[in-house]
Amino acid sequence: MWLTSKIKQLLLVLQPGTVTLKYPSEPRPAPGDFRGAPTWDHARCIGCGGCANRCPARTILVRDICQEIRVLFYDGSRCTYCGRCAEVCPEDAITMTDRYELATDDRNDVTENLELFMLTCQRCGRCFDLETDNLLDRLDLRGYRYDSLQARTVLRRTSDRFDAAVLADTEDYRRPEK
Amino acid sequence: MLAGLARKCFRRSLWVYHCNSGACNGCDIEILNILTPYYDVERFGIRLVGSPRHADVMLLSGAVTRPTRPLVRRAYEAMPAPKMVFGIGSCATGGGCWFDTYNVAGGGAQAVPVDYYVPGCPPRPEAIIYGVALALGLVDKKAAPAEMKQVEFPIDAYEQNRAWQERHVIYRLLEDRH
Repeated sequence: MWLTSKIKQLLLVLQPGTVTLKYPSEPRPAPGDFRGAPTWDHARCIGCGGCANRCPARTILVRDICQEIRVLFYDGSRCTYCGRCAEVCPEDAITMTDRYELATDDRNDVTENLELFMLTCQRCGRCFDLETDNLLDRLDLRGYRYDSLQARTVLRRTSDRFDAAVLADTEDYRRPEK
Repeated sequence: MLAGLARKCFRRSLWVYHCNSGACNGCDIEILNILTPYYDVERFGIRLVGSPRHADVMLLSGAVTRPTRPLVRRAYEAMPAPKMVFGIGSCATGGGCWFDTYNVAGGGAQAVPVDYYVPGCPPRPEAIIYGVALALGLVDKKAAPAEMKQVEFPIDAYEQNRAWQERHVIYRLLEDRH
């Protein structure tokens, strides 16, 4: 009796065959709704910094190295691939690709660096008039930003107009030691 | 160099020790996933062991929290000499969402020297297999840093505009009228 049940079991096991993926030798595309590494279309980006404001892991850093050039730095090493940056982008410059083979021995391999040209108002040096006497509005300020690209940290230092003193002050920012 | 060394040292098989340093269990489930028959990593001789003293490779998941940091260091020091550390997930790679939180060291590299990073939140099982295959030298590295620049410069745009105005006489007529 036990032998017949064992034979039955064996036949059941043999039925599905080999299920193991031959992954590294054969490519395995991700499913359609998979969110992989985000990519920036530098021709479309207007440098509004909306992605940097929305990023929960603060992977996207914005630094204005001068009044005309804004550097947008994406540090993919702590990205959680939530797709909020692609969601808020007004110009659809960010797309979530299906790339997931990001394993690397160097953390710099998963970074993207965008250099954007910004035009400023000839009169006030800003794009639009913003209320700056209210502290709550100041938190939301999307003017000039001075994040540290070397330390890869977001600095809550923004100003309504380009400030060379703040730029020099944040140049060699170091994260506080724990 | 590191890949060649890894091929020489770990020719037969890698015994991995899974070290959770405060992960949310997402990466841990994916690590257990690659040991299932579907993604059978025993093809490469990878076996999960319970003690760091038997292990060649430490699979580190989670941003290293302050209480676990000395324990991670002790587990690393307990491993015998040719040893590697894989940072699995965004937290072990760069600290994830908690990279600058007060009770988090901010990534596996803050506690132990990490040799290979597998970003993802959580990484797909294929991504972890890809990282292991990358360390074994079976596949090529696909991630690379990207640098993009907007090529237009406002001064150039101004000159182009002037050249365009000179070609089109209507503007000159308008100027004459003024």
